[in-house]
This record gives sequence, structure tokens and C-alpha cells, in this order.
Amino acid sequence: MSGIPHDHYEPKTDFTKGMEKRLPIIGLLYDTLMIPTPKNLNWMWIWGIVLTFCLALQIITGVVLVMHYVPHVDMAFASVEHIMRDVNGGHMIRYLHMNGASLFFVAVYAHIFRGLYYGSYKAPREVTWIIGMLIYLLMMGTAFMGYVLPWGQMSFHGTAVITGLFGAIPFVGEALQTWLLGASAVGQPALNRFFSLHYLLPFVIAGLVIVHIWAFHTTGNNNPTGVEVRRTSKEEAERDTLPFWPYFVIKDLFALAIILLVFFAIVGFMPNYLGHPDNYIEANPLATPAHIVPEWYFLPFYAILRAFTADVWIVMFASWITGGIIDAAFFGVLAMFGAIAVMALAPWLDTSNVRSGRYRPMFKWWFWILVADFIFLMWLGAMPAEEPYASLSLLGSTYWFAYFLVILPLLGVIEKPTTPPATIEDDFNAKIAKGKTGGMADGVATPAE
Amino acid sequence: MLKKLVLSTAVVLGLSTGSAFAAGGAGEVTDYQFSFEGPFGRFDENQLQRGLQVYTEVCSACHGMKFVPFRTLGDEGGPHLPEDQVRAYAEFYEIWDPTLFDGEGDFRPAVPTDHFPESALSNAPDLSLMAKARAGFSGPYGTGLAQLFNGMGGSEYIASLLTGYTGEEKEEAGVILYENKAYPGGWISMAPPLYGDDVFYEDGTEATLEQAALDVSAFLMWTAEPKLMARKEAGLAGFIFLAVLSVLLYLTNKRLWAPVKARAKGAATPAE
Repeated sequence: MSGIPHDHYEPKTDFTKGMEKRLPIIGLLYDTLMIPTPKNLNWMWIWGIVLTFCLALQIITGVVLVMHYVPHVDMAFASVEHIMRDVNGGHMIRYLHMNGASLFFVAVYAHIFRGLYYGSYKAPREVTWIIGMLIYLLMMGTAFMGYVLPWGQMSFHGTAVITGLFGAIPFVGEALQTWLLGASAVGQPALNRFFSLHYLLPFVIAGLVIVHIWAFHTTGNNNPTGVEVRRTSKEEAERDTLPFWPYFVIKDLFALAIILLVFFAIVGFMPNYLGHPDNYIEANPLATPAHIVPEWYFLPFYAILRAFTADVWIVMFASWITGGIIDAAFFGVLAMFGAIAVMALAPWLDTSNVRSGRYRPMFKWWFWILVADFIFLMWLGAMPAEEPYASLSLLGSTYWFAYFLVILPLLGVIEKPTTPPATIEDDFNAKIAKGKTGGMADGVATPAE
Repeated sequence: MLKKLVLSTAVVLGLSTGSAFAAGGAGEVTDYQFSFEGPFGRFDENQLQRGLQVYTEVCSACHGMKFVPFRTLGDEGGPHLPEDQVRAYAEFYEIWDPTLFDGEGDFRPAVPTDHFPESALSNAPDLSLMAKARAGFSGPYGTGLAQLFNGMGGSEYIASLLTGYTGEEKEEAGVILYENKAYPGGWISMAPPLYGDDVFYEDGTEATLEQAALDVSAFLMWTAEPKLMARKEAGLAGFIFLAVLSVLLYLTNKRLWAPVKARAKGAATPAE
């Protein structure tokens, strides 16, 4: 599969030889597992395994939960309580699933920002990046619909707010919203279809994950230097790489164990920390909670959604030029989806011919401001829609768009990058010689490099 | 290296704290100490039994607990009443059974498999999950740090509410409101339910206002999270298991990479 020259699978026994002729599945798995991987990958390259683990965890715990859950407006909340009280180990399974969603998003954000810093989205890995963005969108859809299922107060009113966004689309909005909900308001039809889709989408994600892996196995992994593996001969390639098994599997499993240590402490000792107390109150359409706030992983985009109010000049301009078709609500929706769209377009917006941020002195600063901006927006998303948070949200949103639409294209022109090492081997050897721990150095904790 | 990994994990987790904010908000909540707090926290069986008594004699006049089955009162890790007491306790309640009287329904004494009744008053919320449906602590500035260090504060909120009445009253649109320091907004429609000496404890504990408030708060934490002790035990076991696994994987990884690094060192040294 990989474009990097390496030893392919050689069947040895009669059975495996026969199997290989009929269905080369052992060879496929062997080549996937033994893919040549750059030696110098650092600790930010572990998130792929963590994400794969999360998907498996969510599917397994989810399938068990479905055995006891009832998607009915009068019974959903009680069935979750049944799981928490009466099902053997049910409370653990549900808390794992609930917090598993958070771990999933922690990992996906780390994974995405890793890609943004080291230029993993750049040619020839644009397809990997785009598929990754699709997975991320599906993850958000799945998480959102999953949050509706317990049928608590925040489930219900959060759904009403978020599906209401579609109602902001001109002309077709109201019809679209009714079509999505299966009714004019959130109720039984919405719960049923969200349940169906919440079960379906993880398997679509699993399929896309395979394509995602296929894509980067074809181009080869990126690495902290952004320098490609030498491919002229197998010998040369072997000086830059090590097989994924066992070197990176063991390394990744070690990292996964540490992350699960933290995860298990949260599940065991403070499982409701990341949730909302209001969701332990059964949904009541007549009583709206004082603050409707989405889950933490949606907050940055929620802040962007709310930032563009009717008194912002660009909203007024858009409204004037379209004759009022684009109002503040619709502009907010466009901004929210646009924020993800500009990120997906990063491969074409980044004009620099140096791939890794490590060798881009100006880029580094802007990148770390973007990370800070993301956390800032996350905080703002949880704050009430009033001053000074509204203005700050606008500031944060502006930077988000400016980074992708202005800074990335300009930096490639004005920045003078430093010289990356000639080969991955050089980078690896230099690091070992410096006494650093080689293939496993520098995580997010060493931003300056 | 390990330090770096822990740091990076901490940074990433730091992302997530922003959202944990309180629904409760403005009220004054005292950080009472409960026996079930912390990784090794356990319910105090006697306290849960006293709390059940307060609930039965005071709260249940208006409030219900429709998600809690009577049988769980006998569970270990809960009030742990003997079976005959659970049965006797259940019989104390009248339950509407729609299958009786040729399908027209009738009242009958409850059995352990029944649940506590729903609230008797429509404006009295169900208490089954109240200790998880309220957060006593919030912030600062929506960061969720208070909850990280003090816990969510559901039971603290309930105890603070029960002891937080100032004695002031006012009438608003025909409803009498009572001033309460812990209640967001400061004025609550629930009349002070406890004054001190509202119940008589068999175990000799003095039933002061604060004692009764703490007991019933602990009891409501149990009704909200009956598997709390099992969960903490599983969490601890998982944590220890993963800690050992991490050490083993760390050593395996170190050994696995040692020859690769030795070769790299050999290659790099002559070049310098």
C-alpha cells in the first residue's frame, strides 16, 4: 500500500500461501501493520491510536447501552436511570460512554492542531486532511445527537436551539427544520431519528477512518521535520524509518495507557465534571433552563455562532447587500460552518513551501495564538451572551478567520523559513546526540523548539 | 519524557475545564465535608439511615423520588436496611396500581419492587436526582476550577439551602417567598422545612438543623448516585491497573528503542 519501498508479506505455510492466492487479507494486514514509519515521530503522533481506541470504546459501550435504552419521550430519561441503577455495571458503562465522548474530542483537537503545526495537511496529504475533516464533522453530529438521547433538560433545549439554527436559513429554513425534526418542534420523531442516526454514524466514521488510514499509508506519515522519507531504495528508506510494529505500536500503547489513567480517574472520581447538572432533570418543554450551553467541545464554534450579532458592521453590510436575506442569525450559522470550512481549506490557503512549523519562525507565533484563540473562544462559548463577552467573541472569531484567510496565505510570501535537516535520519541522530530522547521528544509542552 | 507527556496531557485536559460551569450560580454555598467525597470516599450507613428518616418525616410530605425503588434501601453501599425493614418501610406507602379492581386501578400498600411515589405537590421537584441536578460550586469566571477542587457541590448546595433561610418573607403575586442565602435569586417558594429537632434520631445523634440538613443531603446524594461506592472502587482498581500497565509499557518501550538509539548515537558521534 505504502509508496515507501519496504519488504512485503511473504506467505510461508501452505495455508497462508493458499489464502494469499484467494484473499490476500493476511498480506494486507501485515503490510498495514508493518508500514515504514518515520523514526523521528514525537509524542504528538500518538493521537491516532487514542482516537481509534475512542471509536472502539464508544461503539462497544454504545451497543451495550442500546440494549437497555428506550427511545421514547416518556421513557428515555427513566431508561437511563434504569441503566444507572439496575443494569449490572450499567453506571460504569454509561459514564465511560459519556466521558468517552470528551476524550474523543480532546484527542481529535490535539490531532488536528498537530496537523496544523507540522503542516500535515499540505501536499500530498490533502486527501487525508479532508477525510479527517469529514470525520470531525460526523463526530460532532454524532456527539450532538447522542446528547439528545438521555432526554434531560439540556438535551431538549439544546436541541431546540441548535436545530433552530437551520430555521435561520432564508426561504427554506423553516421547512428544513421541520423536515429535520419530523415535526414543528423537538419531540418523539426527533428523538427516534436522532437515536437511529447516533447508532449509524459511528459506523460511517469507522469506514472513513479506514479511508483516512489508507490515504496516509499511501503518502507515508508526515513527521516533525516535514521532510519526506527517502524512497529511492529500500536501504535508504530503512535509514529514515522503522516498522510501525513493534516500535510505534508499543510507544503509542504506552501513551494510551497514560491517557487512560487520567481518563479512568475522571470516570471513577468525577464523572459528571464535564457534564451539565441540568441534564439530570427530565426534559420539560415548558421550563427553559437559565443558560443553555452546549458541551465543551462545541463551545469554540458556539462562540463564533453568537459573535456575529446584528450590530456588527460586516453583518449589516451582508444584510444590506443581500437585501436582508442574510440576517444576523443566518450570518452566525454561516460563520460557524465557515470556521470549519476555512480549516478544511488549509492545504490551499497555506502558501509556504516549508511544511513543518518547526522551521517557520513567524508561523510559530501565529499558530500558538490560534491555539490560545481556540481556548479563549471555548471559554467565551460558556459565558452568557452579554458584554464584554460578545465583543471578545467577535475578536476571537475574527482572529480564527484571519489566521486561515489572511495570515496563512501571506506568511508563505513574507516569511523567511530556516533550513530543515536534509533527511529524517539526520534529525533523529542529531536529537539522540543532543541527549534528547530521540523518536519520542518534544510534545506540545515544548512549543518553542 | 514522562514529565512532558504528563504536561501535554494536562494542557489538553486544560482545554476541557472551560465548560464545567455551575447551573446554580449566585447563591452562597458552604463547602461542607461529606464522608463520600474524594477518591476513597464512602457513604456513612448510619448517616444515610438518618437521612432516610428526615426524608420520610419531612421532605416526603411534598416531594417524591420516582426513580428510586424501595428495594435499593437494602443495598450494600446504601442505607443497607435489613430485608424485613425494607418491606415494612415500603408498606408504609400507598401506591396507585392500575391493574387492580378489574383494570380500573386502586391503591395498595407498596412492596419493595415499587418505586417511591412521585411528588405530591406539582411545584415540588422530584428529589431522586437532585444532588446531581444542582451544582453548588462554579467558576471562577466559568473555568470550572472550583468544581475541580471542591466537587460538583450538589449535596453541599442542598445542605446550604436547608440551613440558608434568613427568616425574611415576602408576598409576590399571591405567593409567599422566603429569603434564602443559598438559593439563586435569593427568594424561594419552599417554606423552611427544617428548624432543628424536627426528627428524633434513634442512634442518639442530636437532630440539630445542620445535622438533619447534612444527613438528608448525604441521603439524597445516595439516591442520585446509588452506585457511587462501586464506581469509586472500580475507578481506583482501574487506576492502579493502568498505572502498573503504564510502567510495564514504558520499560518495554525503552528497551525496544534502546538499540535504535544506540545506533543513532554511534552514527552521530563521528560526524561531530
